[in-house]
Amino acid sequence: MTVADYLRLTWRSVTALWLRSLLTGLGIAIGTAAVILLTSLGEGLNRFVLAEFSQFGTNIVAVNPGRQSTYGASIGIFGIVRPLTIEDAESLRRIPQIQASMGLIQGNAEVEAAHRSRRTTVLGVGSDMPRIFSFEPELGRFLPPDDPQVARPFAVLGSKIHHELFNEDVPLGEKIRIAGSRFRVVGVMESKGQILGFDMDDVVYIPTARALELFNREGLMEIDALYSEGASARDIAEAIGATLTARHGRRDFTITTQEEMLSTLGSVLDVLTFAVGALGGISLCVGAIGILTIMTIAVRERTAEVGLLRALGARRRQILALFLGEAVVVAALGGATGLVLGAGGGQLLRLAVPALPVHTPWEFAAAALAVSSFIGLVAGALPAYRAAGLDPVAALRAE
Amino acid sequence: MIELAGVHRDFVVGGERVYALNGLDLVIDEGEYISIMGPSGSGKSTLLHILGLLDRPTQGLYRMDGVNMTDLNDEQRARVRGEKIGFVFQFFHLIPRLSAAENIELPLMLAGIAPGERGRRVEAVLAATGLTDRARHLPSQLSAGQRQRTAIARATVTEPTVLLADEPTGNLDRVTGAEVIKLLEGLNIQGITLILVTHDPEIGRRATRRIRLVDGRIAEDDREVGA
Repeated sequence: MTVADYLRLTWRSVTALWLRSLLTGLGIAIGTAAVILLTSLGEGLNRFVLAEFSQFGTNIVAVNPGRQSTYGASIGIFGIVRPLTIEDAESLRRIPQIQASMGLIQGNAEVEAAHRSRRTTVLGVGSDMPRIFSFEPELGRFLPPDDPQVARPFAVLGSKIHHELFNEDVPLGEKIRIAGSRFRVVGVMESKGQILGFDMDDVVYIPTARALELFNREGLMEIDALYSEGASARDIAEAIGATLTARHGRRDFTITTQEEMLSTLGSVLDVLTFAVGALGGISLCVGAIGILTIMTIAVRERTAEVGLLRALGARRRQILALFLGEAVVVAALGGATGLVLGAGGGQLLRLAVPALPVHTPWEFAAAALAVSSFIGLVAGALPAYRAAGLDPVAALRAE
Repeated sequence: MIELAGVHRDFVVGGERVYALNGLDLVIDEGEYISIMGPSGSGKSTLLHILGLLDRPTQGLYRMDGVNMTDLNDEQRARVRGEKIGFVFQFFHLIPRLSAAENIELPLMLAGIAPGERGRRVEAVLAATGLTDRARHLPSQLSAGQRQRTAIARATVTEPTVLLADEPTGNLDRVTGAEVIKLLEGLNIQGITLILVTHDPEIGRRATRRIRLVDGRIAEDDREVGA
C-alpha cells in the first residue's frame, strides 16, 4: 500500500464520523494550545527578567566581603573577615582586562533640600558607576573622578528624588543635606524605573568615601568591576581572587560574576517555563486519553471490518498502520489547531495586555506539534495493536 | 489443486472441547463448482475458513498448488489470501464510508498494485457485474443485490483461482439471490473454482459437486456425472 492510499483510507475514516473526530481532536487542540500559551508566558517572563537583570550590562563582577562556606565549628581567628576597602577596589584596576571598578555602600538617610526633606536610599559609589552599570546622568554630570579617598562632597540625584525635592527645577549647584552633611548636587540620573522592587530613581548617589563616613562603616558592602567585552568571566574572577587574596592574606571574600548569576537565574527561569509547560501538558494527557477512548471504541465498532480486510489479504502491519494513522491524523490536526489557537492567543494577549511579556518560542511550538502526533501514536497504539491482533474468523463474525 | 488430508479443527468453548472438523479428507480440482451443505454446527463455515486460510487446522494437512499451507506463517497466509482467494459473505461486508468502486479497489490497494492498473481492473469488474453506473455510490445507496454484486466484484478483482462464498444469498430475496448465483456460476464457467456454503437445497443442487457435512465429516460427496 502506498502512503497516499493509507492517507486516503485514514482520511475517510476520520471524516466519516467528523463530529467525533473533531471533538477528539479538540481535546488535543486545547492541550496543545495550553502548552503553547503557558510556555509563551513562561518564556516571555524569562526574557523579561533576564533583560531586567542584564540592563546593567553583563560584564560585571561583584566582590562581597566574607567567604561563603560552612564550617563544622567556630574557626576562631581564621574566621575573621577583613573588610573590603576602597584601596581593594582601586587595586583591581591594575588587572589588565578590568576597565573600571568601584566600592559600593548602601544606606538610608534623610535628604534635605531647601524646602523639603525625604528619607531615601543613599548609595556610595565610584565615579565609574555610569560605565559599570550603563546608567547615565540626564542633567549635569556624574560624580567627578576625584581621589576616591578624599572625594569632594558632590551628590547626584535619581530622577524621582529630584522631582520630590525640587519639582521641575534644575537642581544643579543646589546644596542638600544628607544625614546632616552638606553636599552639592552636580547631576540628575536618567530614569531607570524599578528593578525587582528597588526603585533606582529614588536614590541619591554620593562618593564611596563620603558614604563610609556618613554611615560610619569600616568596609565596603561590595566592589563592582567592569571587565572588557570578550574576556572570560572565569579568568577575571581568578585574577581578582589572586589580587585580593594577596592583599588580605587569605580568601575572605566572595566573587560573583554577572554571567554566573544570569545563568543561575536563567536555569531557574527555564525550570519555571518547563513547569508551566508541564501544567499545560496535563491537559494534553487528557486529550490523549480522549484519543485512546475513541480509538478503542472505533476498533470495537469496526471489528468486522478488520476481519474483512484480513480476508482480503491485509497484513497485521497494514491494519496496525491504518488504525495508528487514524489516531495520528486526529492528534496532529488537533495539534495544528492548538498551535494556531495557542500562538494566536499569545499574540492577542500581547495586543490586549502589552505589559505582559509574551513570547512564543517556535521550537516549543514545533515540539508541541511533534508531541501531539506522538501522543496520537502512543494513544492509538494499544487499540491498533488490539485490532491487528484480532483473529480474522472471530472478527468477521462480529456484526 | 486443493488437498485436505485428515483435517481436524477443534475449539475450546466454555472449558469443553468442540470438534468442528473431525478428520476430513477432500480433494478439489481447478474449476470445480462445489456446494457445501449440512446442518448448523456441521463444520461448513469452519471448512470454508480453513480453505480460505483465515483459520488453520488443529491437525492435518492442507495443500494448495502443491504448497503446504499449514506451514505458512501469518504474513504468508495473508499474501496467499490476497492473491489466490476471493471471499463473498452473507452480510456483504462492504465498508460503509467507501464508494462501490473504492470497496472493490480495496484488495488491490492492500496488495500494493499501482493506481493506474487498479483503475483498469476495477472498471473491468464493474462492467462484468453490471455496476458501472453505480461505481460512485456508497453501499447505503445500493440495493441488497447490488451490494452483493459489489462484494463479488471485490472478490474477483484480484483474479483469484478460488472463490469462497458463505451463504451469499442468505440475505437476499429469491429473485436477487438467483441473479447473484448466476453471476457466480458465470465466473465458474470462466474458470474460477467456486465453493459455496448454503442452507438452500435448491441452490445447493445446482452445483456440479455437492458435499454434505455431518459432525465435521463428509457424509455425502455427489459428483454430477459428466461434469
